[in-house]
Amino acid sequence: MSPKPLDYETLNENVKKVAYAVRGELYLRASELQKEGKKIIFTNVGNPHALGQKPLTFPRQVVALCQAPFLLDDPNVGILFPADAIARAKHYLSLTSGGLGAYSDSRGLPGIRKEVAEFIERRDGYPSDPELIYLTDGASKGVMQILNTLIRNEKDGILVPVPQYPLYSAAISLFAARMKGITVRAMVIINPGNPTGQCLSEANLNELLKFCFQENLVLLADEVYQQNIYQDERPFISARKILLDMGPPIGKEVQLVSFHTVSKGYWGECGQRGGYFEMTNIPAKTVDEIYKVASVSLSPNVPGQIFMGLMVNPPKPGDISYLRFVAESKAILESLKRRAHIMTDGFNSCRNVVCNFTEGAMYSFPQIRLPPRAIEAAKSAGKAPDVFYCLKLLEATGISTVPGSGFGQKEGVFHLRTTILPAEEDMPAIMTSFKKFNDEFMEQYEDYRGYSRM
Amino acid sequence: MRRFATERAKRLLLASRSPPSAFLCSSPAAAMDPAAGVVTVDTINPKVLKCEYAVRGEIVSHAQRLQQELQNKPGFHPFDEILYCNIGNPQSLGQPPVTFFREVLALCDHPPLLDKSETHALFSADAIARAWQILDVIPGRATGAYSHSQGIKGLRDAIAAGIADRDGFPANPDDIFLTDGASPAVHMMMQLLTRSEKDGILCPIPQYPLYSASIALHGGSLVPYYLDESTGWGLEISELKKQLEDARSKGITVRALVVINPGNPTGQVLAEENQREIVNFCKNQGLVLLADEVYQENIYVDDKKFNSFKKITRSMGYGDDDIPLVSFQSVSKGYYGECGKRGGYMEVTGFNAEVREQIYKVASVNLCSNISGQILASLVMNPPNVGDESYESFSAEKNAILSSLARRAKALEDAFNSLEGVTCNKAEGAMYLFPRLRLPQKAISAAKAVNAAPDAFYARRLLDATGIVVVPGSGFGQVPGTWHVRCTILPQEDKIPAIISRLKAFHEAFMEEFHD
Repeated sequence: MSPKPLDYETLNENVKKVAYAVRGELYLRASELQKEGKKIIFTNVGNPHALGQKPLTFPRQVVALCQAPFLLDDPNVGILFPADAIARAKHYLSLTSGGLGAYSDSRGLPGIRKEVAEFIERRDGYPSDPELIYLTDGASKGVMQILNTLIRNEKDGILVPVPQYPLYSAAISLFAARMKGITVRAMVIINPGNPTGQCLSEANLNELLKFCFQENLVLLADEVYQQNIYQDERPFISARKILLDMGPPIGKEVQLVSFHTVSKGYWGECGQRGGYFEMTNIPAKTVDEIYKVASVSLSPNVPGQIFMGLMVNPPKPGDISYLRFVAESKAILESLKRRAHIMTDGFNSCRNVVCNFTEGAMYSFPQIRLPPRAIEAAKSAGKAPDVFYCLKLLEATGISTVPGSGFGQKEGVFHLRTTILPAEEDMPAIMTSFKKFNDEFMEQYEDYRGYSRM
Repeated sequence: MRRFATERAKRLLLASRSPPSAFLCSSPAAAMDPAAGVVTVDTINPKVLKCEYAVRGEIVSHAQRLQQELQNKPGFHPFDEILYCNIGNPQSLGQPPVTFFREVLALCDHPPLLDKSETHALFSADAIARAWQILDVIPGRATGAYSHSQGIKGLRDAIAAGIADRDGFPANPDDIFLTDGASPAVHMMMQLLTRSEKDGILCPIPQYPLYSASIALHGGSLVPYYLDESTGWGLEISELKKQLEDARSKGITVRALVVINPGNPTGQVLAEENQREIVNFCKNQGLVLLADEVYQENIYVDDKKFNSFKKITRSMGYGDDDIPLVSFQSVSKGYYGECGKRGGYMEVTGFNAEVREQIYKVASVNLCSNISGQILASLVMNPPNVGDESYESFSAEKNAILSSLARRAKALEDAFNSLEGVTCNKAEGAMYLFPRLRLPQKAISAAKAVNAAPDAFYARRLLDATGIVVVPGSGFGQVPGTWHVRCTILPQEDKIPAIISRLKAFHEAFMEEFHD
């Protein structure tokens, strides 16, 4: 029997190597259980609206009007939509050439890229060039594009945080990689961190940029959670700001690509697929090549671009919708902060569980100190220990998490990632349910020979 | 041990002058010279350098510069506006969107509208009903949430039903992958199929350059098969066989066959018999059939009909186990022309479970396609029916657009055929004309002198003289020594006479200048 054209054996090896735990084994099992009628709490992915967070009103009004521009001609439109939403819809439609249904410039609509540049300038205090800002169908597509540009072959390496970003172990990894003949091209930072939530300080960013300068690395700064900050000690500072603060030579030499999205923050508009990347100190010819690849996909989706415009240029004081917009935004952010605390405290109250506070982003990443007998049981079941734990957690409570092995962790140390996104009123019950499962699990598998160590 | 290593690393990093790397490694020269920078044209992925996409290439950049000049220096050029005939982007040239679709999308974008009584005055009743139907299949009615990575199940059910309606054969919702336009789906399949440059994909020449670009980006080989211009861009199995054998003799494993039906840039609609031959060819040769069917609703001749390859394979008695077939559809074309929405899907049949898992996995890394585009894809495959409140106005809009496209296709085809040395095959479907230019030797030499392909030279001159932007045929591939340009049929009907007269005037002058 001759092999069929697309048998597993003849697939692209790189595809086979890909693993994406966020929608991997645990998620698939959770979906199966859901089909069987079990109530599942999906905390595997940062997907706020799926857990009841409501969309902000103003952007939805604007995009609905852009979607159906004939409404703007109707004399009664003012009954259904506030005047500033109507004005804003007209503004965005005027930035397009043909409305939402036309391919835009492959980099995104120039008018919206200008709004993004203005946002960046207000945020950081340095001017930003709209020509170096590319809108993308979600930040993920932008990340793929940049990595594809950087990586020539398997001898090219990218430093990524595992799972949090400690500078010193990055240095170690870099030197080790080089000794193995790998050319390390770039370093990724995620700030605020995913899954760990930590926010980098100005000093941290300073050191990182110096490191990149010395080691000739591109810095890829994933800043998609920049609106999600739950403490005051370390507010969000962009990598670009620190870079430019440093002045020449570093400020002019280090190559930086910064990523942002409408999927996170207090917007949570994951389904729109709106994002951008901004390039700093990238030579013009390289930018041309990046443009060329972007052009093959023609253009990012226009509604997503409008969401981005609205996010970087929200209602201002005095606008009709301003108060409502601020109230909605504040409510979401303050609730996220409270939930970050509830979850951290809840995990820390559990046996053999230690959890750092979620300083930012949307996740909690408790360490689960699994007793040796649990680890043995996992081995017998053919599962990684944290996968074993998470599957048991899922079956017992319906809480669907992502095992820490999906993010990388030190050998012998286990975590799970959950989001802080379940509705606030559901949180106490969820944490109680978790505690009950965990403490019973530990009871079942504990002995006194020792635990997985920190 | 780890702490010791950390301390050592700390000391290395904080060491005053020399970079730590100097202690430990022999990096390539570029890494040692901070001024060189990591990301230069010399150090990026060579596949990126290799890839080309003429539809938004050089000539379009020049057109954009001219457009700027028109704004800043009016009267400087012999034309008032740039007419972009380079890209299948109907709504950018004034084609209106389909009202019913936009009504439903607006309601889904802002569901609180459905709770207001005033909404009934502004939206049709069936649009409201459809919006409710759609929201009911979206978990939590949350259109802002990531969906299932293949797309919302209820929408896939609707699309499968639409496919079954169209073909008369059932479709499985689990075979459907909703994507941000058809292009990402094509990329996914190329990624799956390409292990190295020894993997080849048979592509029509001329072809829509997404295929050549995607193959280049994924490091594979494009195996060309030539469509026969003298027989209306006919697809001959003998040509397929010849190219396949040629490739194999060079050590290339040919994995798949791309067929674009209706064709882009060529516009031909395949005859059923031809399609059956193609199916058998793929089956006998062990090839995946990649059927780009995004222009399925753009048919301008009465003697041809669109038949999906899915329908053809099933009508031949081939089932899911017999032939791997991937069919691509998009919301960007047809009569809806919703390019900016990025909606589309691929229907994947004939693959085993293991492979389907891999396809799912690749889709999952991007989480999901944009929800609004998913909704639109379900609407396109399930438009208003006879009896629905919007049916008549919907049909009127649809027929107006399609009949206008047919008229414009004919008018431009005749215009090109009236030009000296130019022949143009009929656009039976799609949105393009691909006239062949027989350029005098003097023109060809002039092109060489400025290092341009003759068709690029012609296109540039056309742009500079008239503001009309077309894409040189070399961007699509053509028989060596022949020259073409691709021109869309999309400018609004009232602009067509002026375009035709300017085109004629330019061509006459050009031929006069370069006559032998």
